[in-house]
Amino acid sequence: MADQLLQQVVNSLLIGSVYALVAIGLTLIWGVMNVLNFAHGDFLMIGMFISFWCYTLLKMDPLFSIPVCAAALFLLGAGIYRFIISKVMKGPGLAQLVVTFGVSIFLANLAVMLWTPDFRLIEKPLLSGTWSLGSVQLSIPKFVASVGSVVVSAAVLLFLKKTRTGKAILAVEMNRDAAQLMGINTEKINSLSFGLGSALVGIAGAFLSMYYYIYPQVGGLFGLISFCIVALGGFGSIEGAFIAGILIGLVQTLGGYFFDPAYKYALVFLVYLITVWIRPQGLMGS
Amino acid sequence: MLEVEGLAVGYGDLLAIQEVSFNVQKGEVVSLIGSNGAGKSTLLRTISGLLRPRRGTIRFEGEPIHTVAPYDIVRKRISMVPEGRQLFGRLSVWDNLLLGAYGLDNRGEIDTALDDVVKLFPWLPERRNQRAETLSGGEQQQVAIARGLMSRPSLLMLDEPSLGIMPKLVTEMFETIDAIRKKGMTVLLVEQNVFEALSISDRAYVLQTGRIVLQGKGEELLQSDLVRQAYLGM
Ligand SMILES: Nc1ncnc2c1ncn2[C@@H]1O[C@H](COP(=O)(O)OP(=O)(O)O)[C@@H](O)[C@H]1O
Ligand SMILES: [Mg+2]
Repeated sequence: MADQLLQQVVNSLLIGSVYALVAIGLTLIWGVMNVLNFAHGDFLMIGMFISFWCYTLLKMDPLFSIPVCAAALFLLGAGIYRFIISKVMKGPGLAQLVVTFGVSIFLANLAVMLWTPDFRLIEKPLLSGTWSLGSVQLSIPKFVASVGSVVVSAAVLLFLKKTRTGKAILAVEMNRDAAQLMGINTEKINSLSFGLGSALVGIAGAFLSMYYYIYPQVGGLFGLISFCIVALGGFGSIEGAFIAGILIGLVQTLGGYFFDPAYKYALVFLVYLITVWIRPQGLMGS
Repeated sequence: MLEVEGLAVGYGDLLAIQEVSFNVQKGEVVSLIGSNGAGKSTLLRTISGLLRPRRGTIRFEGEPIHTVAPYDIVRKRISMVPEGRQLFGRLSVWDNLLLGAYGLDNRGEIDTALDDVVKLFPWLPERRNQRAETLSGGEQQQVAIARGLMSRPSLLMLDEPSLGIMPKLVTEMFETIDAIRKKGMTVLLVEQNVFEALSISDRAYVLQTGRIVLQGKGEELLQSDLVRQAYLGM
């Protein structure tokens, strides 16, 4: 019993840290320009497919596709911001919502058209198998994805807090007008942040492709979960998104264990609803 | 140095500034006074590029700047210390200062700017790592002024620097402004503390519901009936 519980906790941390990375990308974009990117989950799907095709066509292991996914998604995100979203930034918030929703549907449909709705799997990734630590089984690809997600999240935080450009991003997030008065080109910071947030979800896609099914609709669930995490952590809070990501991983896995696995996502949304009811600004929101 | 001509600025249907013309000469301290809602902040925000005028022109050193983006205005050496300080609250005092110098790309110039603001506010280095939002109102205002000076402006615009700080620190605030002007800075000052503002100003303009209704030398306006009745309660 205790062993099984420990196993569940370990599983929670493994998935929670990847959720956290996905959500950090989303919350970064929200924090800087108050745009909720409904296509975020579909960006994850694109990242997973890029990794899949690198593996299938170029014999590149997902581990080596990480920089490819990061760069491709950076360009996709920055491009979509620059050519589509920036055009509706001055309009009502609803316009931005509709636009990102449109991008989401477009990408998911494009994926079906190009690659069929089939489920795919990377058959023989470099990392496979499990380690046995006492009674706990640790899947090696999940472990690497999890540690990788934590490292990338920490690197983002370090970048934001320690570099000149990172501080400019934080300044725009805190006070857009004051940031402009300092000489910070907020349009550039918007593109950069959209690109960076998208690159993070691209990296998460490469990690997930090592062990998760890859199919055009895979983004839907991850997108929804990452919205819950962002709201739970406090909109725009990177630290909040990280903690909430781990928390949601725990709820999902332990919920599935104690109740019925069929209810695990229902529990995630229930916890989300209760939290925002008690604390609408989220855990770390102000 | 700064010439504003026939300026009109609005929000939606409301014209907050109508037909405003004024100028600031190099080395002067010029005050804009007027009650709440007169349009003082709107005017400064338009000069700094955050708002676009409906009509009229703004020239700085002879060059039209009313279509320039705010992040490029500061590179033309116009700096604004906005109303309510608007610091980056969760960043440290030092990061706030360094962001003030974001438009400078010469390391030596940034160091010179830091030296200058530390001379003005010697307490800054000791508190360099403190989060800006944890400072007192008066300290925040000093950081806001220091941050505004970090871009090494030739024209400094201050929007109600005495707002929300303790009365006994207000005098100190005006002494600071006087110290800045003595170093040769040109200052455009918006204030509701009319007496103090006029006392340190070379010239001043009185703004009422978006129009300039009176202008003159600082000490002249202090004697004028309109100013004495409307703003000094005499
Ligand atoms: N963002 C805004 N949207 C709409 N009206 C505004 C806005 N800011 C200011 N105003 C209006 O413009 C007028 C001038 O305001 P402002 O420039 O802030 O005056 P002051 O700084 O002199 O107190 C006021 O009537 C005010 O209500
Ligand atoms: Mg004002």
